[in-house]
Amino acid sequence: MTDQDFARLYRSLKLIRRVEERVAEIYPSDKIKSPVHLSIGQEAVSVGVCDALNPDDYAIGTYRGHALYLAKGGSLNGFMAELFGKIDGCARGKGGSMHMIDTAARMLGCSAVVATNIPIALGYAWKLKREGKQRAIACFFGDGATEEGVFYESLNFASLHKLPVLFVCENNALAIHTPLETRWAHHDIADRVRGFGIPVHGNRDMDVLAIREIATEALAGIRAGNGPVFMECHTYRWRQHVGPNEDFDAGYRSRDEMRKWVESDQVERIGAMLGAGEKEAIDADIENRIVQSVAFADESPFPGPQELMTHVYAE
Amino acid sequence: MSTQSEPANGRLLSYADALREAVDQEMARDENVFTFGIDVDDHVAIQGTTRGLRERYGAGRVFSTPLSEDAMTGFAVGAAMAGMRPIHVHIRQDFLLLCMNQMINMAAKTHYMYGGLLKAPLVERAIIGKSWGQGPQHSQALYSLFAHIPGLKVVAPSNASDAKGCMIAAIRDDNPVVFTEHRLLYYAEAFVPEEPFEVLPGRSRVCTEGTDVTLVGISNMVPECLRTAELLADAGISAEVIDPIWLRPLDTDTIIASVAKTGRLLVVDNAWTACGMSAEILACVAESDALAGGAQLARMGFAPTTCPTTPTIEEDFYPNPATIASKVYSMVKPGADAWAPDPEKAKLAYQKQFKGPF
Repeated sequence: MTDQDFARLYRSLKLIRRVEERVAEIYPSDKIKSPVHLSIGQEAVSVGVCDALNPDDYAIGTYRGHALYLAKGGSLNGFMAELFGKIDGCARGKGGSMHMIDTAARMLGCSAVVATNIPIALGYAWKLKREGKQRAIACFFGDGATEEGVFYESLNFASLHKLPVLFVCENNALAIHTPLETRWAHHDIADRVRGFGIPVHGNRDMDVLAIREIATEALAGIRAGNGPVFMECHTYRWRQHVGPNEDFDAGYRSRDEMRKWVESDQVERIGAMLGAGEKEAIDADIENRIVQSVAFADESPFPGPQELMTHVYAE
Repeated sequence: MSTQSEPANGRLLSYADALREAVDQEMARDENVFTFGIDVDDHVAIQGTTRGLRERYGAGRVFSTPLSEDAMTGFAVGAAMAGMRPIHVHIRQDFLLLCMNQMINMAAKTHYMYGGLLKAPLVERAIIGKSWGQGPQHSQALYSLFAHIPGLKVVAPSNASDAKGCMIAAIRDDNPVVFTEHRLLYYAEAFVPEEPFEVLPGRSRVCTEGTDVTLVGISNMVPECLRTAELLADAGISAEVIDPIWLRPLDTDTIIASVAKTGRLLVVDNAWTACGMSAEILACVAESDALAGGAQLARMGFAPTTCPTTPTIEEDFYPNPATIASKVYSMVKPGADAWAPDPEKAKLAYQKQFKGPF
């Protein structure tokens, strides 16, 4: 890896962290007209995988999709305006936080119904396979999605047809507030996935460099026509399931369990690998971009009444 | 309203063969069209409607799937979003219930919730069963569940010609379409143009003109209503039969114009009445300013129970030309004694091989 690679990873990690922190700060003002499921603490999974993707590869995500959207190169102005419910939002204000999309960046939409995006990825992959240009799609979902029946249906079909899909499970061990131990009969998801003939790679430490390397290797096999690969990346949600705040006073988890994740925070870690001047320049640029995006969202108008009935059907 | 002109080169074709021809022609026209579903490429070939397609277009465009309707529907939505034109087939409509999550949460909302950036042009073919002991889970007609949802289109062609034209229109439509077929219509023949043509959404058809009552039939109830009209003619009652064809978007203008003329409307749905298409059509007519003088409104449909398997009571589950005719008679002649058509004629009418076109 070159210095440029580290700088690029840091820029992406830090952008997401700071955007999410800014979202949390703005939230009490009620300018954000959408429930937010923040990615703070989970950035490294999206950043590591997206750095391994080519710009013409696709990604598809979930309602906790801010990190993925930004890591895949989604427009920051479009993102902020979407949160503000404005017409210049990436979905004209009609989707909000849970349905971020930027087709120019090949960031497909995010879905709020758990696991619904998984078979959608198969359909895209079908098209990519037919096209024969060695392109792939990365499909992101949480540990909760692996409990839905459609997850297993999708693994089977993707493996059967050797579809170019990189399945990325962001395992934060919580489905809303319910821990893994009360949901999984067997703790190891890898055992279940291997049963479908799909190779499984995991990373327990949310090491962005390791995730990037695993994804790069997986994508090489996928592009070679070997079929889907499954990645399980352990991670940790620092804030509420939904909302801008911490919730360690709620009783379902302790601050202690967050400590190891904070100590290995990838934003800090990769930042420390850069020269001081370079890091400061990136930080300043990010702050500038965020200020601009908030101003853009503020100035953009709300959708007019004609928008209510626009795009009900494609013409 | 649309009228079907006599085709110059129409041939008598069965409903099943017309469906097959429509898909065949569209697959030849556009390489993004593909068809899949459980048993699409076996020897039965969905009662012939997919016969020969795999040989012609290959396993990459015509294939059977695992029994995974939920994932296969999402797969169709994704392929459609990516620019393809999937046709997902279900041998019975009851299995559409396994597709509801993807159809309603994803397909119907793709275009709107992503601000118009994506669209989901897919077709979900699903056949309604009837008779031969189809029973509780092979007889359901669930189109009104889908017609409830903005973003979805729903069509229920009642004859071979419309089957072809609606299928081509559904494939070319940029939106998700639930394509309702009826198993008993599969053998019904009509003159069907050889060249591709579209029967577009939102246009009802007046099948036969009349003056005393408007009969709106849906799916297999269209031929039943046409038989009813023949029986009513014996009683001196003139019925106008209308086929909405597309249930969403629904053309109520044609129906309202007819009711303005006849003063009476009986909707005969091929489904339960509660919260269904008959409720929707009656409500649209009742709300219309065009019927200032009012009109008699009534409906019929499946008995409000589960469809039994045994034929003795299964027969009573469905409206038929005799029960429809009696209902119309009581509407047209409210003070008169109850009337039923000659049982022999009704029996003959009911069993007669139906032939279009209208």
